[in-house]
Amino acid sequence: MSAGGMATDAVRRLEAMLLIRAYEEKLVELQRSGAPGTCTSVGQEACAVGVVGALEARDRILTNHRSAGHLIARGADPGRLMAEVLGRVDGYCGGRSGSLHISAKKLGVVLTSTIVGGELSMAPGVALAQKMGQGEPGGIVAVFFGDGAACEGIFHESLNLAVQWQLPLLFVCENNDWQAFVHRRETMPDNAIADWAAGHGLPVATVDGNDVEAVHAAAREAVAAIRADGQPRFLELVTYRLRGHFEPDDQAYVDPAELARWQARDPLHGQADRLLAQGALDADEFAQLREQAVARIEAAVAFAQASAWPGPRTLTHHVYAEQGAHS
Amino acid sequence: MTRMTIEQAIHQALAEEMQRDERVLLMGEGVATKRRDLVQAFGATRVRNTPLAEAVIAGTAVGAAASGLRPVIDLLFAPFLAYAMDALVNSAGKLRYLSGGQFEFPLVALSMTGSGWCVGAQHNHNLEAMFAHAPGLKVVMPSTAADVKGLLKAAIRDNNPVLFFTDLALLHQEGEVPDDSAHRVPLGQAAVRRAGTDVTLVSYAKTVEVCLQAAAQLQGQGIAAEVIDLRTLKPLDEATVLNSLRKTGRLVVVTEASGLCGMAAELAALAATRAFDALRAPVVRLTGPDAPGASSWVLEQAALPSADAVVQAVQGMRAEVAVGREALAAS
Ligand SMILES: Cc1ncc(C[n+]2csc(CCOP(=O)(O)OP(=O)(O)O)c2C)c(N)n1
Ligand SMILES: [Mg+2]
Repeated sequence: MSAGGMATDAVRRLEAMLLIRAYEEKLVELQRSGAPGTCTSVGQEACAVGVVGALEARDRILTNHRSAGHLIARGADPGRLMAEVLGRVDGYCGGRSGSLHISAKKLGVVLTSTIVGGELSMAPGVALAQKMGQGEPGGIVAVFFGDGAACEGIFHESLNLAVQWQLPLLFVCENNDWQAFVHRRETMPDNAIADWAAGHGLPVATVDGNDVEAVHAAAREAVAAIRADGQPRFLELVTYRLRGHFEPDDQAYVDPAELARWQARDPLHGQADRLLAQGALDADEFAQLREQAVARIEAAVAFAQASAWPGPRTLTHHVYAEQGAHS
Repeated sequence: MTRMTIEQAIHQALAEEMQRDERVLLMGEGVATKRRDLVQAFGATRVRNTPLAEAVIAGTAVGAAASGLRPVIDLLFAPFLAYAMDALVNSAGKLRYLSGGQFEFPLVALSMTGSGWCVGAQHNHNLEAMFAHAPGLKVVMPSTAADVKGLLKAAIRDNNPVLFFTDLALLHQEGEVPDDSAHRVPLGQAAVRRAGTDVTLVSYAKTVEVCLQAAAQLQGQGIAAEVIDLRTLKPLDEATVLNSLRKTGRLVVVTEASGLCGMAAELAALAATRAFDALRAPVVRLTGPDAPGASSWVLEQAALPSADAVVQAVQGMRAEVAVGREALAAS
């Protein structure tokens, strides 16, 4: 690939991060005027963009309550996402999931789990189906979860099964130091996550989760390795939750010095500074990218707000499958 | 017809459905060890021993079902379902709905329960109503070998998650099973085991036999009891129960499970809300106590509603009507 081509990919990654940021900042604003609260991934955009960009259309994704970045990086339409958050019919799930359970089958996003660890519970089965010939040949599965989920027993059950059954599964732990309102240091020894994964026999890479290029490179390597030998891999992305757990959240419980340290390592600024320094982007172009992202999100809001509410009579639709010819 | 035990009926149903549909796979602690012939016939890929990890066994079934497979998991004893509850209730039962119908979860979770083996409360707990209460799940609990085979085959073909309970006291009980491999029993259809006009006895699993014994005794007293075996608890065959009730005007529900918020409560509510005008006596519930299953044989048996108790309940209901008539005449 030429230097120019690489620069273009890196600019696209910046663009994707800007779109995620604009989307979530808009959700914060909408919440203040009465829309449902959400768990934003502000500060963690590099994790989503770096990993999802290393996947192919034939791959499958499962994620957790902080899934907007993964969905947008996967190409989800922000308008349909926003419509889902607002509970409208044009949402990906017809308004039944809200922000906390969005799935998008056509995009290969099987699950947003708000049961912490639910994604780890289902991921081996999705990978098993892939291995047993469902889905497109060569597809793998990526599962995103947090450091808090690593404290759940299902984390160990899931890793153990993936290793024993040799499942094509990429575990991606976004270690953002927070587990709702509890700091990670109160819940586990330092470095525990990588050690636990290694203890299950998984090859582990621990990467700066705020450097989208580093995340992307590590994810590409892991994905290629899984495709080559069908065995699971584990990525620990060291990052930080810059906003609260769930909007609104004043973060009064957060050490201001720690927060300031991580704000100074904002992944968007990191990537923008890098591209500006390389000359891959100039200040005007950067400003333009930001404006474009904001404009796309404005259009998304307009789309979502214009979308109809689901009819109350549809309340119990989709609970059970109709028995078709199969029975 | 072939005579076989319920255990053999389960095995045949699994073998036939795995033969018919290569998307069907079986997972659980020891399934590949116990069912060598299935491993030989269908390969180790489709018959999988698992680690001792019910939560992820169930989760794996849910993920596999969402991705095109039709898993059957053997979770052994019903109390172990507590570990699998998250995957079954929060994922299998809810995600079809939450996805707006994008994903389906065709899976079957097998487990055994009930008194009879003196194994105590951590192997014996009739908790089927907990799952009937969870949206998105179907619940089956048959009492005969023919129904076990027919319902398991139907459950495997169903596009919804099905909790399939077997009563462990019945596992070795033999019954006639149709030879036709097309034999299936649709989910959601109760069976009238004995026709009668005076009282309706509703039950499922091992207490169906209790009701049949009671009905035989009642016949000697000139009382014709109708006995309904629900077979499927959810979806509940309301029509069969209501039709019977409109005929008899009296309902006795008999379950091994405890009463509060159980199937017996549900059936009493069904009678009160949908057939109140037909009732000639208050509904009677004969259930297990609100107590964990004890191990001692004597205590296990004491927890079960007996045929004598059913007979007495029916006699009491008829007496109540007689007393009511006298009171009316005297007023
Ligand atoms: C089983 C379960 N327990 C608790 C919660 C409440 N909860 C939601 S998110 C969260 C924190 C999860 O932390 P982590 O896995 O690190 O993810 P993060 O929020 O940091 O992205 C908690 C405790 C839940 N949703 N599910
Ligand atoms: Mg966290």
